[in-house]
Amino acid sequence: MNRDEVDSSIRALIEPFNKKNVEIGDDTTFAGDLEFDSLTVMDFVAAIEDEFDIIISMNQQAEIESYGDLVDAVCELTEG
Amino acid sequence: MSEGVNQADRPLVSDNAEVAAPRDLFSKFDEVIHTRETLLASGVEDPFSLVMERVLSPTRAVCNGRDTILLGTYNYMGMTFDPDVIQAGKDALDNYGAGTTGSRVLNGTYAGHKAVEEALKDFYAMDHAMVFSTGYQANLGIISTIAGKGDYIVLDIDSHASIWDGCALGNAEVVPFKHNDIVAMDKRLGRIPEGAGKLVVLEGVYSMLGDVAPLKELVAVARKHGAMVLVDEAHSMGFIGEHGRGVAELQGVIDDVDFIIGTFSKSVGTVGGFCVSNHPKFEIMRLVCRPYVFTASLPPSVVATACTSIRKLMHGSNKRAHLWENSKRLHGGLKGMGFTLGTEEPQSAIVAVIMPDLERGAAMWEALLYEGLYVNLARPPATPAGMTLLRCSLCAEHSSEEVETILGMFGRAGKAVGII
Repeated sequence: MNRDEVDSSIRALIEPFNKKNVEIGDDTTFAGDLEFDSLTVMDFVAAIEDEFDIIISMNQQAEIESYGDLVDAVCELTEG
Repeated sequence: MSEGVNQADRPLVSDNAEVAAPRDLFSKFDEVIHTRETLLASGVEDPFSLVMERVLSPTRAVCNGRDTILLGTYNYMGMTFDPDVIQAGKDALDNYGAGTTGSRVLNGTYAGHKAVEEALKDFYAMDHAMVFSTGYQANLGIISTIAGKGDYIVLDIDSHASIWDGCALGNAEVVPFKHNDIVAMDKRLGRIPEGAGKLVVLEGVYSMLGDVAPLKELVAVARKHGAMVLVDEAHSMGFIGEHGRGVAELQGVIDDVDFIIGTFSKSVGTVGGFCVSNHPKFEIMRLVCRPYVFTASLPPSVVATACTSIRKLMHGSNKRAHLWENSKRLHGGLKGMGFTLGTEEPQSAIVAVIMPDLERGAAMWEALLYEGLYVNLARPPATPAGMTLLRCSLCAEHSSEEVETILGMFGRAGKAVGII
């Protein structure tokens, strides 16, 4: 799966969590722009893990601040 | 400093250089400070600074000059004032002094520390028992030590702070799953890379809502994936399961649990924490577990009271039955009045009353205090899903009449605050 495909899958998954309809780009941050709280993060991460059959540990989540970081991380995790 | 003198080891600073204002490290707490000030400005008594001026029994104290029924102490079995327990503590003070002034691995292991570990081994019918200075340290120490770099910890998202802090102290990968969700846990365990060590961390009773975990299913799934299992049974010891060993015993899976974590600060009635296990190499933990090694051991009086209390809890079936009656009556009574509770049915000795928001929760808490009732006001981040709770924990020493009195107090306070 290339980066564009991963991007469009995640874009579809984020929709129900993007309550304020924030326009999403690679620089959009989860804590700041999207105002995700810890429970939203858990549900959103679970949706991505199920979609791509991967595991994103909290240690890895700590490195993911923006939407672009997330797409990159998922690309990396699905490569292996 | 006198003008015109330069000190050789200081950089030259020109007269008009602006000195950067120091960043106050406390500014990160401004939001918490603001929330607290707003709450207190509304006139309520500070729910987090209550002082028990005198403690009369496991169920009564004097707070702000008022005789108060205690319904938020986790003193489930009422052992704090048991005459045998108190006498054991007094004897230990006389014979061993006020404290050990040392670590368990240096000068801090007295006969009493070995005796309380023997009592725990007998209570749980397990091969090994290790006592920590607090329950918090037991989770902190065991979790951070057994799960190392490259290992995975899979845990319930509603886990207690001491479990999260144990994860943070160690170097393992941390993977949470939705509260009590068997499928979510199964999926996460299935995705862990082959060959990695796995530790599943669960609780028997979750203390915020008082709900019980489906340990039978969760432990079976963990076993299927070859994970080791740790269960925190802090809120079940002494009254859940045939021998009071907890939810894992009640659901018939205690033999498949590798580590049980517990505390002396609830049913046992004093302070301290422990881990019991049948793992053949368990004793090495005493040398490699930093929160065990680098702290002073419990005072002799504390381990003596704990030891006596644990042995008495082995024979507490009448008290257990009364505690369950109390829990059922309080739960049913509150539900009947229209309060929203944390569980549909009573599952433990905790009954959590869900408040619409922090303001009305605090008002209700204060109204109950004026009625002469103490409960815990619990709020985020300690609570799940941002809830404000009035958490009630019952005691085997609450009389049936006291429970009726408590229900009357809730009814009046609930109407006054407009919650029911």
